[in-house]
Amino acid sequence: MSDKIKFRIRRQDTPYSPTYWQTFQVPFREGLNVVSALMMIRQNPITADGLKVDPVAWEFNCMEEVCGACTMLINHRPMQACSTLVNTLQQPITLEPLSKFPVIRDLMVDRSRLFADLKRVRAWIEIDGAWDIHQGAPRISPEHWQDNYLYSRCMSCGSCLEACPQYAQDLPFVGAAALAAVRLMNNHPTGKYQRKQRLHAIMGEGGLSDCGNAQNCVQVCPKEIPLTTAIGELGRQTTKQLLKDLLGSG
Amino acid sequence: MSRPRKVIVVGGGLGGLWAALRLAEAGFQVQIFSLFEVKRSHSVCAQGGINACFDSKGERDTIWQHIVDTLKGGAYLANQPPVKSMCEDAPGLIQTFERMGVTFSRTAEGLLDLRLFGGVKHRRTLFAGASTGQQLLYGVDQEVRRQESLGRLQKFEWWEFLSLGLNQQGACQGIIAMNLRTMEIKAFPSDAVILASGGMGQVYGHRSTNSTNSTGAAACRVYQQGAWLANTEFFQFHPTAMLGDDKTRLMSEAARGEGGRIWVPSDANDRRRPSQIPEPDRFYFLEEWYPSYGNTVPRDLASRAIWEVVHKLGLGVGGEAKVYLDLTHLNPGFIEQRLHAILDIYRKFHGTDPVHEPMEIYPSAHYAMGGLWVDFERDDTTGGIKHGSPRNHATNIPGLYACGECDYGYHGANRLGANSLLSASYSGRVAGESVANYLQGLQQGHPGSEDPIYSNEIKHQQELNHQLINNQGEENPYQLHRELGELMSSQVGVVRDNQTLNNAIESLRTLQQRSRNINLQEHNSWSNQGLAYARQLQEMIRLGEVIAASALHRDECRGAHYKPEFELKLPENASAGDPAYETYRSQWKAQNQNWLKTTIAKHTDWGPQVDYQAVDLSVLAPEEPRDYR
Repeated sequence: MSDKIKFRIRRQDTPYSPTYWQTFQVPFREGLNVVSALMMIRQNPITADGLKVDPVAWEFNCMEEVCGACTMLINHRPMQACSTLVNTLQQPITLEPLSKFPVIRDLMVDRSRLFADLKRVRAWIEIDGAWDIHQGAPRISPEHWQDNYLYSRCMSCGSCLEACPQYAQDLPFVGAAALAAVRLMNNHPTGKYQRKQRLHAIMGEGGLSDCGNAQNCVQVCPKEIPLTTAIGELGRQTTKQLLKDLLGSG
Repeated sequence: MSRPRKVIVVGGGLGGLWAALRLAEAGFQVQIFSLFEVKRSHSVCAQGGINACFDSKGERDTIWQHIVDTLKGGAYLANQPPVKSMCEDAPGLIQTFERMGVTFSRTAEGLLDLRLFGGVKHRRTLFAGASTGQQLLYGVDQEVRRQESLGRLQKFEWWEFLSLGLNQQGACQGIIAMNLRTMEIKAFPSDAVILASGGMGQVYGHRSTNSTNSTGAAACRVYQQGAWLANTEFFQFHPTAMLGDDKTRLMSEAARGEGGRIWVPSDANDRRRPSQIPEPDRFYFLEEWYPSYGNTVPRDLASRAIWEVVHKLGLGVGGEAKVYLDLTHLNPGFIEQRLHAILDIYRKFHGTDPVHEPMEIYPSAHYAMGGLWVDFERDDTTGGIKHGSPRNHATNIPGLYACGECDYGYHGANRLGANSLLSASYSGRVAGESVANYLQGLQQGHPGSEDPIYSNEIKHQQELNHQLINNQGEENPYQLHRELGELMSSQVGVVRDNQTLNNAIESLRTLQQRSRNINLQEHNSWSNQGLAYARQLQEMIRLGEVIAASALHRDECRGAHYKPEFELKLPENASAGDPAYETYRSQWKAQNQNWLKTTIAKHTDWGPQVDYQAVDLSVLAPEEPRDYR
């Protein structure tokens, strides 16, 4: 590995500005990840051609791949910049903002739709109130727990949506993240009491049937969440629900 | 009353979301302000678990023991009624989380499983794999989203809190905040404000386990408006953090709770790979020095022991400042199931597999036991806090409350592992209930947004921005932050002395000067991250000075605050009843006479003014010194 790492970064000053590319070089060190490299660039924002420019804006927080903030396209693939080590990447390393969300500036995008969709599919359990009712939830077997735990690690990073051919700014599909949340809530012993409402929320336009089964989502999920398994399970749940609706049996 | 009273919550981690949830449920208008989407708050970084007495492991654990462990672990510096109530309410709080759908790990019978943590002898820590904080935050986040969908709560994400709107009587009536995209500064009137802005680990820069947004800036801003900061000299260094140039990543205490062992080669010149070093050539120093607690001593002791092994005995691995945290003797399937999240972090960032090779770790700045001073009302009939009292979690500014890591409430001089998720959640819930009662008692609502208490403050904040944007100095804010981190960790770190602390304060003042002479190198006025960062940097340097000044004034060793010059050493080979131990006990009590008191730092134009306040010791009299041997 050479002692300089070259980055090509797609830039955009405001949501309404044109995009342009700039190249930066940073010194290599062992264990260098993309966020650290971006930190070096912001400290000394000079392009490879020696031009002084505005620092590159991007989003990051935990730096240990648990907050989901620093998702971006790294060599055209959605990844968490903090846990992507530069020595695993082909140079020059291309950084771009996620393409499925409106750009705020440079590598920052507006992912508010992701959270709005969690609202749309009612990804919560209806509790009487956040006070002590002197009992917990029913028991859950370790196997059942293990299945659910996989889904509960979704950090709303948006990688699955970026990779999905059906997900786009002008299309209504909610995408794998929200569907997996429905799967998780529906499998909780009391969360299943609102199973019907959640299923109805994903049975209409932009719901489950908009999934084109490309299976890209599961390949890019940084948390290895079995998203396609969730979608398969929901397929069976919605079919049953449809029959119940037709027969009027609730 | 024409419309419900309005509350602003600053911060959307566990503390802030709990407070917001309780207030929304109680029918108040709630607005949450956060620097980013609340789901990405630093609470997600907590790994190992949350403490509550369930006594389901046949160990006769009791709530009383949880109280005693917490108070003693904190070297008796915490006010005791709030700790008592927190431990009593912990099991009910966990059950509420369970109802929210939090994926707690299970026993074969499907019950909540428990693991061992530091500073205790009973299994009392509930967990969700090794991503407990993430799961707990998501549980409350979902409920908050439900309230949002019902129109009872509004989120203002990508807004930065800048200051309070204070009326002529000094009461808090809203906030001034900056939109982090447009950089517009605006007033948001409200009837009360809850600050839940989290920790301040970034004061230690890249030598901290904290997220980059945990700067403490919000707390420092209200400090400058008159709120007191308490016990800031007590900063926890987590013994087991990964090394790193950009960040030191936490390796949960659960690693030791599940059987992990800490060691170094006995011979400083031993350069063999760890797997090739046989047992007799390894020095398991925690097990040797603390035979009864071993690897799960409280964090302050573990961090100090590692410091001693590295710096005094010169036994750091390969001559460097690091020791081994070893899981390789444990069943790989077992640790994968229990610790997957941290194993994954280590593999991704370090490139080796902790299942096969010991991890390399060193202590790192992790948690502020100190923070904004908050009140409580004691209930003499129970010895705990008076539930619902509007005094609970109130700062000294009327109408301003604080909860979560930004307050100083529950941990005294040292926090026990897995008590932070508990205090964050519990204090958020208490603060929410307390504010609800404060609002009910309010005679008059906040003024309109045109009132001078807001417009004057907006003008002031705009001027601060203007100065920074137009300054053409030589200093680079990112460079200054690195220097701050180095300075704080080397001079206001695990081991302290007064000469060095005096120097540190001088250096911090120089840094503060330099931070006014910066150049943002930024021409784009949209989403100007450098501006927000430079402003936070100035607050961090100021907090550094509060920490250093508080540390300078306290001439003793207590919990995480360690000044060897004033150390009372436990007599070797002596236990309670032995004359040597009893002499020690009376010296320790004499020391408590002088120093068992809360540090209060008040802002003045010439630096922090340090005062003290008595600690409420009504639950457990300090008769037994800490002794984890």
